[in-house]
Amino acid sequence: MSNIEHAREALLRRILEGHGNASPSDRRAAFDNSGLGESLCQLVDKVARNPRGIADEDIDRARQSGLSEDQIFEIVVCAAIGQATRQYDSAKAALESARGN
Amino acid sequence: MRLQILDKGHSFGTKALFALIRTVSRQPVLDVIKLGKYRPDFYGAPMSEVTQEAMRGPSPWSVADREFMAAFVAKTNQCEFCIKAHSAVADLAYGGEKDVAVLMCDPSLNGIGEPLRATMLMIRKLTKEHAVDADDMRAVLAAGASAQQIEDALAVCFSFNIIGRLADSFSFSVPSPEGFGAGAKYLLARGYR
Repeated sequence: MSNIEHAREALLRRILEGHGNASPSDRRAAFDNSGLGESLCQLVDKVARNPRGIADEDIDRARQSGLSEDQIFEIVVCAAIGQATRQYDSAKAALESARGN
Repeated sequence: MRLQILDKGHSFGTKALFALIRTVSRQPVLDVIKLGKYRPDFYGAPMSEVTQEAMRGPSPWSVADREFMAAFVAKTNQCEFCIKAHSAVADLAYGGEKDVAVLMCDPSLNGIGEPLRATMLMIRKLTKEHAVDADDMRAVLAAGASAQQIEDALAVCFSFNIIGRLADSFSFSVPSPEGFGAGAKYLLARGYR
């Protein structure tokens, strides 16, 4: 049967703990959608909760705050993976609970 | 795309690969490929391992069913690129057995047999509301899905809730039907690595 756990853990380790242009604390904050400065919190929250609503201006605002494109790339990737991880963890816990009862 | 590095920031070798793809397929390189090949050690390579396992690893779900789930997650997220890309792969994989676009138009998914229907309703709720509870899972189990089938569906949901977000965030171009057709043939034959 398919099992993504090993690959998923490797992905999370890489984006959060491996080398990057954005600081590990910013990548972690984007992943958690929590604790970001004003220039990034709106963009990251949109990636997590309303990606259809992202506009050029959201990316431009991040650029104007002094972030490089590589840093924005990493922050957006972390935000997307963080939200998918919260969904996945919620569902796995619900399945475990359902099977236990 | 909104970041120039994702359009033009690739290494010389990757640009040569893109030229080859354009020549062989006679289509532009899809933005999802450009994203995966930009600094692949950060995102593209580890993510492709996740997606390959979710979409092509051993599973009680067929490849066609998993591509259908991917398209359905995309539809829930209203991600045009991913809807078209994975509907095309699912249609190709089903070989005429199901018409994915038609089936997805019915919110209750009545044209789909159980336990696939109950599983897809659960992943729709998870995608839309970002969480599900034990009652949601009991409903899927009662519809005949095994725990393994649910876990495998969650793996698909995980992958495509990432890819769809990135498609919208970076503003992927939506190619022609021919472009999606070429991509679908490649994904069905070669997978996600």
